[in-house]
Amino acid sequence: MTQVPVAEGVFTWPSDEPQLIGSRCTECGIITFPVQDSCPRCASTAMAEQLLARRGRLWAWTTQEFSPPSPPYTGPSGDAFVPFGVGYVELPGEVKVETRLTEADPDMLAEGMEMELVVVPFRIDDDGNEIVTFAFGPVA
Amino acid sequence: MDVAIVGVGLHPFGRFAGMSAIEMGAIAVRRALADAGVEWRDIQFAFGGSYEVDNPDAVVALLGLTGIPFTDVYNGCATAASALTMAANTIRLGDYGLGIAVGMDKHLSGAFKADPRQYACPTWYGELGQFLTTKFFGMKINKYMHDHGISHSTLAKVVAKNLRNGALNPNAFRRKPLSEEEILGSPMLNYPLTQYMFCSPDEGAAAVVLCNAEHAHRYTDTPIYLRATTVRTRRLGAFEVHSPWLPIEETVGPTVDASRAAFEMAGIGPEEVDVIQLQDTDAGAEVIHLAENGFCADGDQEKLVAEGALEIGGPRPVNTDGGLIANGEPIGASGLRQVHEVVLQLRGQAGDRQVPGRPKVGYTQLYGAPGTAGVSILSV
Repeated sequence: MTQVPVAEGVFTWPSDEPQLIGSRCTECGIITFPVQDSCPRCASTAMAEQLLARRGRLWAWTTQEFSPPSPPYTGPSGDAFVPFGVGYVELPGEVKVETRLTEADPDMLAEGMEMELVVVPFRIDDDGNEIVTFAFGPVA
Repeated sequence: MDVAIVGVGLHPFGRFAGMSAIEMGAIAVRRALADAGVEWRDIQFAFGGSYEVDNPDAVVALLGLTGIPFTDVYNGCATAASALTMAANTIRLGDYGLGIAVGMDKHLSGAFKADPRQYACPTWYGELGQFLTTKFFGMKINKYMHDHGISHSTLAKVVAKNLRNGALNPNAFRRKPLSEEEILGSPMLNYPLTQYMFCSPDEGAAAVVLCNAEHAHRYTDTPIYLRATTVRTRRLGAFEVHSPWLPIEETVGPTVDASRAAFEMAGIGPEEVDVIQLQDTDAGAEVIHLAENGFCADGDQEKLVAEGALEIGGPRPVNTDGGLIANGEPIGASGLRQVHEVVLQLRGQAGDRQVPGRPKVGYTQLYGAPGTAGVSILSV
């Protein structure tokens, strides 16, 4: 099955060690995710692409236990819906990224735990391609 | 120039098959006019707020085509605060002496949905199911509970209180009290928030008649003075809804900014407030907003809730009409419903839910996507 990223330019793919693609303001140094072409802090338009760290710590989290409204959600819904975790992972010195988590059990999630980027299946599209997305999971 | 509120009116909040938002708006306006003892033809200007209705000013078709300037406002969950602020400022400018702010809405049930691109979020953020307000509220209170020692039981107690207050309010949507066990045992939606810990989008309308305070006694013996109204948006580093990323640097949310500005404008401190209306989109929001508005330190909510301090008879009554949890949220009307309740409380007209001891100062706060807050402070 062909694997297709949920969107181009969000993470490096295919890759054995995929990374999120952010941007850095060359004037004030703030890092954004995803890429944006103006700086939210100093309003500069001198933004450069920056690949982000693959590991960080869980800063905030919750679970998504009902199927989100569609549109805009395009993932499995109804009986096929599987609850997932969502959180912010703080990549040290870079940015806090909001991300799907591979773990959805509240007993297995804790603020401050070390997390690592993975690429996971999201849905099958009409052409039979497997749409994949980034997620973070606990470091084994 | 000071601004006074001389009339308030409400169309009940809930579900009203066959009734349009505009019709509910007209009913709220007529009730506010009757409360102020004025006629629609006396009103010199209006601001109207709604999410679902493109042109709330169309309500003039039901009230009278008097040709007044009528400006429509939409500002997310702070829509009503914005309508109120602009109505007050119009009087302060000296352009007009008597005006009205009205809010109305009629939402479908279920979480609000929108196109993420309209919030400057990427399309994939919505596709993945992350463009969702309830998930943000779950994350924010989960982190707050971890950082400040708030229990699940406190969340349930807040809901139980607001539903008890709603049961005393004939205009409320949900008037059936629930036990803490029922609230904690309802389906988990976004940990730690269960189904009964969230408010619901619904239907309703509210209106407020304002005038130059110098002339307030023409209309009423009990004018309520609008001491401050503020609206603020998020600054970089605030932990806000619909944020695919946050910077490492952190700062306080727009509610803190709006609240501080309002207290400064009013020359009043949090300790002087006798009745409080907070945005309880969910039980966690009420807990967090209590501290964000300066009414307690972070973490003190655990003790305050356990002691019953937020009850109608307590020292810090919060959401005396049941808040959003019992009233639901017709976005355009929600903040004017808060003002309606505070005005009744300060006049001593709140019936079964009247705060004892003649409250003199009231406070309202709204918060919503994409990081907008509104605060007003009222006094006798």
